[in-house]
Amino acid sequence: MCLAVPAKVISIEGNLAKVDMMGNTTTADLSLLESVAVGDYVMVHVGFAIQKYDEEEAKKTLELIVEMFEKSDIRP
Amino acid sequence: MNLVNFSDPIIAEKLLQEIHGCASGLGPIKIMEVCGTHTMEIGRLGLRLLLPKNISLVSGPGCPVCVTPGAYIDAAVALSLEKRVRIVSYGDMIRVPGDASSLQWAKTKGANIEVVTSPLEALEIAQKFPDEEVVFLAVGFETTAPATAQSIANAYDAAIGNLSFFLSHRVVPPALAALLLDKEISISAFMLPGHVSAIIGEAPYQLLLKAGIPGVITGFDPLDILLGILEVCKLLVSGSPKIINAYPRIVKKEGNPRAVAAYEKILEPCDAVWRGIGIIPKSGLAIREPYRRHDAAFRHSIDLDKSESQAQPKGCACGSVLKGLISPDECPLFASRCTPRTPVGPCMVSSEGSCAAYYKYGA
Repeated sequence: MCLAVPAKVISIEGNLAKVDMMGNTTTADLSLLESVAVGDYVMVHVGFAIQKYDEEEAKKTLELIVEMFEKSDIRP
Repeated sequence: MNLVNFSDPIIAEKLLQEIHGCASGLGPIKIMEVCGTHTMEIGRLGLRLLLPKNISLVSGPGCPVCVTPGAYIDAAVALSLEKRVRIVSYGDMIRVPGDASSLQWAKTKGANIEVVTSPLEALEIAQKFPDEEVVFLAVGFETTAPATAQSIANAYDAAIGNLSFFLSHRVVPPALAALLLDKEISISAFMLPGHVSAIIGEAPYQLLLKAGIPGVITGFDPLDILLGILEVCKLLVSGSPKIINAYPRIVKKEGNPRAVAAYEKILEPCDAVWRGIGIIPKSGLAIREPYRRHDAAFRHSIDLDKSESQAQPKGCACGSVLKGLISPDECPLFASRCTPRTPVGPCMVSSEGSCAAYYKYGA
C-alpha cells in the first residue's frame, strides 16, 4: 500500500497542484513538500505529493550501473 | 512522461549476471524485504527462480493491512453498524477479516462504507453528510502517516466536527528492531522500503548496524530491485555492514523533513499490536491530545484489546511467515483452507501479503 506514482506538475494553485499521472490529469496536495514548481515530477501517494523525483540522480544511478558492467567486462 | 527507464531487460540480465558472480563468494544468505510492494514485484518478476540458489528472499511484516489486528477490524465493523455512522476507508481494508467479521460483511447488513484513495476525500464526505458521524480508517506506514496527519490538521482547522480518524498506523524501524531481537530469525540483510524511506530518510536504519546487519534502500522497478540485491551481496562480501541508498532519485538522506514534522505535530508514538507478531513498543501512532476531537477511539469510546492474544490468528502459521522463518507454501493451510478468496491469516488477506503473492505468482 506504499505505492507512489510519479506525476508531472502542470499547474499550482495554493496547496493544490494539477498533475499529469501517466496521461491522466488529477490533483495532488503539495502541503507535505517544500518548493515544488511547475514542470517538476513528484511522487504521489494517497493524494499527496510526498517527494520530488530527482532526474539527475536517476541518470546517475543508471550511469553507475553501466560503469560497473565496464569494470567487470559485462556490456549492457 | 519521459522519465529514466528502470526496467530495461538487457540491463536487468546483466545485473543478474553480476549478482550471480558476486553471490558465488558467499554462503547461504537470507534477504528480508519489509514492503508489500517489493513482495509483489519480486513475485511478479519471478525473481526467486532467477537468483543464485544461495540467495533466499523472505518477506517480513511489510504490509500494513496484514498486520492490522483483528480487534481493530471488529471495532470498525461494530462502529459501521451504528446509526448515522459512515465509514470511509482505503479499498484494501474492506475484505480483511477481523476476529468476528469484516467490513464487507457489514456492508451486506446495510452499513455505510465508502472506499476512497485519499484521506482528503473523507473531509469532503463529512461536509456532504453533516448529520452523520464520518470515521476514516487510517492505516499505513510512514509513507501514509503524513497524509493522515495533514488531513486531521485540515479537519481541525476547518472545524469539521463530525469527522474522526480511527488510527492503526504502524512505523517500520521499531519492527526491524523487534525482528533483530528475535533469536529464531537469522537475516543476513534487509531490503529497505523505498517509499517509507522517502519520508524518514536513512538515519533511522542505523539501528541495524548496531546488530551488524546491512540494509539497502531499494526502489520498485525491476532494475531497482536487482540493484538492491546486488548492493546487499557486495556489502556481505565486503563484511562491513552499511546502510546504502540505491533509490536516490526518490530518497534523500534526510528524507522529507516537512512530512515528518507534519505527522510528529499531530501524532505521537504508542505501543501497538502487529497481527501475527505481537506487541512492539512505540511502533504505532496515536492522535495527540489537542486534536482528540478527531480521534475516533476517543470520540466513540473504543477501547481496543491490546493483549498478545490479538496477535495470533487461529490455525495458521502467519507469525512464522511474517518473521521469514518459513515460506508461505510451508504453512499447512496454504492454498487449501487459506486462499485469497477465503483468507485465514494476515498474509493472505491483503493483495500485498506474502501468502497472497505466493498464491498469485507461485514460489
